[in-house]
Amino acid sequence: MEVERTKLRELSPLDQPRSPEELRVRQLKARDMLRGDLAGADLDEYVESRVLTTTLERAQNWARGNSLFPATFGLACCAIEMMSMVSARYDTSRFGAEVFRASPRQADMLILSGRVSIKMAPVVRRIYDQMLEPKWVLSMGACSSSGGMFANYAVVQGADKFLPVDIHIPGCPPRPEALIYGILKLQRKIFGDPDLGWRERYRAAGTEEDERSSKAGALPVRRVGTSPADGIVTGHGPPPSAAELHAPVEHPELSGHEARDAYEEAAEDERVTSSRPPVGWRGDA
Amino acid sequence: MPDAPGLELIAHEINSRHGDAIVGTAFEHGQAALLADPDQIREILTFLREEPAHEYRFLASVHGADYLPAEPRFAVHYELLNMPRVERLRVKALLADPGDDSLPELDSVVDLFPTADFQEREVHDFFGIVFRGHPDLRRILMPEDYVGWPLRRDFPIGGEPVIFTNTEDTVPGWTK
Repeated sequence: MEVERTKLRELSPLDQPRSPEELRVRQLKARDMLRGDLAGADLDEYVESRVLTTTLERAQNWARGNSLFPATFGLACCAIEMMSMVSARYDTSRFGAEVFRASPRQADMLILSGRVSIKMAPVVRRIYDQMLEPKWVLSMGACSSSGGMFANYAVVQGADKFLPVDIHIPGCPPRPEALIYGILKLQRKIFGDPDLGWRERYRAAGTEEDERSSKAGALPVRRVGTSPADGIVTGHGPPPSAAELHAPVEHPELSGHEARDAYEEAAEDERVTSSRPPVGWRGDA
Repeated sequence: MPDAPGLELIAHEINSRHGDAIVGTAFEHGQAALLADPDQIREILTFLREEPAHEYRFLASVHGADYLPAEPRFAVHYELLNMPRVERLRVKALLADPGDDSLPELDSVVDLFPTADFQEREVHDFFGIVFRGHPDLRRILMPEDYVGWPLRRDFPIGGEPVIFTNTEDTVPGWTK
């Protein structure tokens, strides 16, 4: 009986050549292009088959997501699993997240690997604050996500009480595979949009490190949906015009609690749809 | 380890010198314990440390206890050890709850046993027992700004209610 094999899809020029002859054809075409012999429709076809176009933002997110540097920071028994995640057996370098940096200044991902006691929480927060933006937090295991088995006087019941957490990984402790899965989820998130509006969710507008965005108001952020529960931000809006960038500062410098309080006050009147504080947000209207 | 008659002899010896410093004895599971009047704890421990017949020169541990609802409510346990004879003796100072938010007090023994320094701080940290004359009575394990005495039995256990399928009817604030 004769079996007829059907082609599943047309191979794109970026795929591996199917036969030595095809490879030879490609090589000759490339040689012609380098010699300047290709012209007109042939040249167009050649360029189209070999150039990949994208936006700068997407390329940047792709690069960020594929080179996550975790901070060398273990809290409890989950840290053992975190360490074996970089071992030869599990090897997160396959996903670009294996370079544990000894300094938070060089790290952009904080893995909370274990229970956070109330005495440790200020230390964790300080390490988080020392990390440069953009930065992401992975809450690993039941304890750092919710307090876990430590429902007592000494342990913070969920690390997102004191810093913004991007991914929660369940488990007690999660196996290295689970942690790697969490990192892949985080990568998906970063490929979409690196900040996902966490400043809005945590009422932290005005704490941007970027000089431009903190002085003249942050870049406008688009929000999808109408209820706060939707809370999905799809990306930055159009970049600010030159006039916007150099506009005089509408509010005096506020920092820390003052800024947050003033922002919350304003947010009560007008639902906040942008990370830029509303005009007249000091309440002087 | 003194046996039960030996324990009674020690209690009698202390009481003959220091009034009614020993209010009782307990001998259980081969472990000897003197129940002591907290106001005379220094006299008792000095006696047990210095008297040539006893010479319990090592304070192995100090810990607090809360026996709520029993009365007296608190206790501070001193675990003494005579190293040459490998004999252990426990002294329990029974402390009544003074009520109206004031803290129970007894004398510090840091000058007798320097090891009591950190251990008395720990008892203070978790049970709110004040050691008079302690050189540096601060919290040692909990954060310095912590409020409350977490190992007391009437201290809320903490944590947050978690909704599981078997508790969703009982967790407060949760309605179907």
